[in-house]
Amino acid sequence: MTRKGRRLAMIAAALCVVGAGAALALYALGDNIVFFYSPSELVAKNVAPGARLRIGGLVEPGSVNKTGDDKMDFSITDGGKDIKVSYQGQTPDLFREGQGVVAEGVLESSGQFHAETILAKHDERYMPREVVDSLKKQGRWQEGQK
Amino acid sequence: MIVEGGHFAMILALALAIVQSVVPFWGARRNDLALMGVGVSAAVGQFAFVALAFAALAAAHMTSDFSVLNVAENSHSAMPMIYKFSGVWGNHEGSMLLWSLILATFGALVAVTGRALPARLRADALSVQGLIGAAFLAFILATSNPFERLVPSPFEGRDLNPILQDLGLAIHPPLLYLGYVGFSIVFSFAAAALIEGRIDAAWARFVRPFALIAWCFLTLGIAMGSYWAYYTLGWGGFWFWDPVENASLMPWLAGTAFLHSVAVMEKRDALKVWTIFLAILAFSFSLLGTFLVRSGVLTSVHAFASDPRRGVFILGILAFFIAGSLALFAWRAPMLKQGGLFAPISREGALVLNNLLLTTACASVFFGTLYPLALEQVTGAKITVGAPFFNMTCGVLLLTLTFLTPFGFSLAWKRGDLLGVAQRLAFALLAGLIVVVMLIAFVHGGPVLAPIAAGLAIFIMLGTLSEVFSRVRRGGAKLSALFSRARGLPLSFWGGAVAHFGVGVLLLGLAATGFGQEVIATLHVGSPLHVGPYEVALDSVNTRGGPNYQETVAHITVRENGALVTTIEPARRQFAARQMATTQAGIATLNLGQLYISIADPTPDGSIPARMYWKPLVTLIWLGAICMALGGAVSLTDRRLRFGAPSRARAGAAAMVAS
Repeated sequence: MTRKGRRLAMIAAALCVVGAGAALALYALGDNIVFFYSPSELVAKNVAPGARLRIGGLVEPGSVNKTGDDKMDFSITDGGKDIKVSYQGQTPDLFREGQGVVAEGVLESSGQFHAETILAKHDERYMPREVVDSLKKQGRWQEGQK
Repeated sequence: MIVEGGHFAMILALALAIVQSVVPFWGARRNDLALMGVGVSAAVGQFAFVALAFAALAAAHMTSDFSVLNVAENSHSAMPMIYKFSGVWGNHEGSMLLWSLILATFGALVAVTGRALPARLRADALSVQGLIGAAFLAFILATSNPFERLVPSPFEGRDLNPILQDLGLAIHPPLLYLGYVGFSIVFSFAAAALIEGRIDAAWARFVRPFALIAWCFLTLGIAMGSYWAYYTLGWGGFWFWDPVENASLMPWLAGTAFLHSVAVMEKRDALKVWTIFLAILAFSFSLLGTFLVRSGVLTSVHAFASDPRRGVFILGILAFFIAGSLALFAWRAPMLKQGGLFAPISREGALVLNNLLLTTACASVFFGTLYPLALEQVTGAKITVGAPFFNMTCGVLLLTLTFLTPFGFSLAWKRGDLLGVAQRLAFALLAGLIVVVMLIAFVHGGPVLAPIAAGLAIFIMLGTLSEVFSRVRRGGAKLSALFSRARGLPLSFWGGAVAHFGVGVLLLGLAATGFGQEVIATLHVGSPLHVGPYEVALDSVNTRGGPNYQETVAHITVRENGALVTTIEPARRQFAARQMATTQAGIATLNLGQLYISIADPTPDGSIPARMYWKPLVTLIWLGAICMALGGAVSLTDRRLRFGAPSRARAGAAAMVAS
């Protein structure tokens, strides 16, 4: 093979691998993006039920209601709107009323949010950034300052 | 007094770092050996002063001197000594000081061991290294001074974040930083080679050990971080594709690619420009990782209290070094002479393909990590790119790479015989296929990729072994000669074999996760549950006190077919100083698998909600990573790679012919 031929083979191989990588990325990106909404945005944007998403805000004080061994209902609020969430499973160490929380799951047609995973903050200083932002939008700056 | 001394030492270190970045560079341009020599003493001096500063901060932490803000905010007098010490880097300021200390250590190592190098190359490399050191020391002094005093000083500290009160903190960050920062040497030498406009096999011989050291530590650091997350976060996951983890994976992928391409450069004098590019890339990703983790762009356990000035400062450092080195690359790289020729089907060709796959995988991680950040800046939409994306892109690319690895490892340099290699690997290939078919036929459930990954794992392990075997036996040696033949093979070959075998071990551990079991249930005393092949029974629950916490412990016995196997004691710890609880998972290692139990707070009737997992072969994930690092270490002991000793390589010449 000539020098030119070898170089062409290299470039072809490079294009194949990079092309395959890009194709995989585009394909994977189609189904695997999860959008984040605050309760107010969820109402304002009329998000269709069935989509996988994350919602975040504060666990509304007084809303946590144990419905079974490891089942519970609670509401997430950003000060403007709030949304009912149902969840089955163990909650993180710092899941408490009045604390920041992010839930990932599916919006049901009833308007209730079915959470599959719950993320709470890891220590008393840390609040999920998305939650801080959405609280600020509702004019509540205080919680985010901690 | 000690604390002020530490602060002063840091200012002196900064001054020396600036001297180190200016004087040798100027000396190299004027061909003045005396000026170039200044770089060596400045590098050693910078190391000494940063070490002093670090020792001063460590002393403040270990004596619980709460008049220092950093200690008051991140320590507690009741903490065990080991956490008081590891707490030095369990906060933003201290961790940046550790970064600088390791940076200065590597700089001093080059200064001391680089005597055999061309003087100008060493001077330029030290100068670039000094520049990096100066940037980070200035960053610490300007925005994150760990020596700040607190008046009046409190009687008690605010305690270290309980999640960090773990042996993991003593091990994971130093290992990871040794890896991250180790690539700075490779970067400095790449920049020096570009400034010189000349690069050869001696360059590769000198840089390769540093790259190997960095790579080994990075591998161990990532594995340790993964194991720490696994046992501390309580849901049994070991890799979350969290941006912070991705930040460490990117330099690892680029560094792995670099190790393979620098081998081509050393042996065959080819791929020079590409190798230089990878050297820049590996350290750029280390810097990007530091930026992502330390600037507060992301929120995670790794992001300590954030301050916008810090983010901007690190972004400045990042932009300067990445843009600067890429500009230097664009300007000077075309001057580098191209080296040896090779056919597409050859060891070199295989290593090019390895590099393409690794860098593409790296690019996919980069995209998945930064796309959400970029999208939020541009459109305001907040998205998460989750694990399925990374499995689909990075995972598939890396699986393809593992399939190709045994072929590349067995191909000859310059021109290979693919058919012959395929024949030699036929047995391994067949064994892998059988494993895939058996798993699909007899084990139901689990993800689709698990049987394929298991088959690939078997293939790469057996493929590597069969290459070792055929090397040892080449020419039909007698049994008695096998041992001496094996000893004659170069250690870098053995290193490669061990590391590739480790990839197989790791992959087997990953594949086995598809065949585990998860049970989420409430444990009552006297009613056992089945988890995997074991029977789990809650015996009792009690509370006990630790040095700075109270814990609720569940005593659980594990039986198999009625016979007692072991006991597990998962716990919930309540830390008084921060009003925080942590979950201590109970883990029993059984036949390379693990039974993993984490509990929530007990209910009033004494029962305990728990997550229980049976994870077969899960320890192989970390053992595989250790095996890979071990391979790197074996490679490192190869005579040819001793620091700056190209002439002494003669002794290994016979071995080189054999390879």
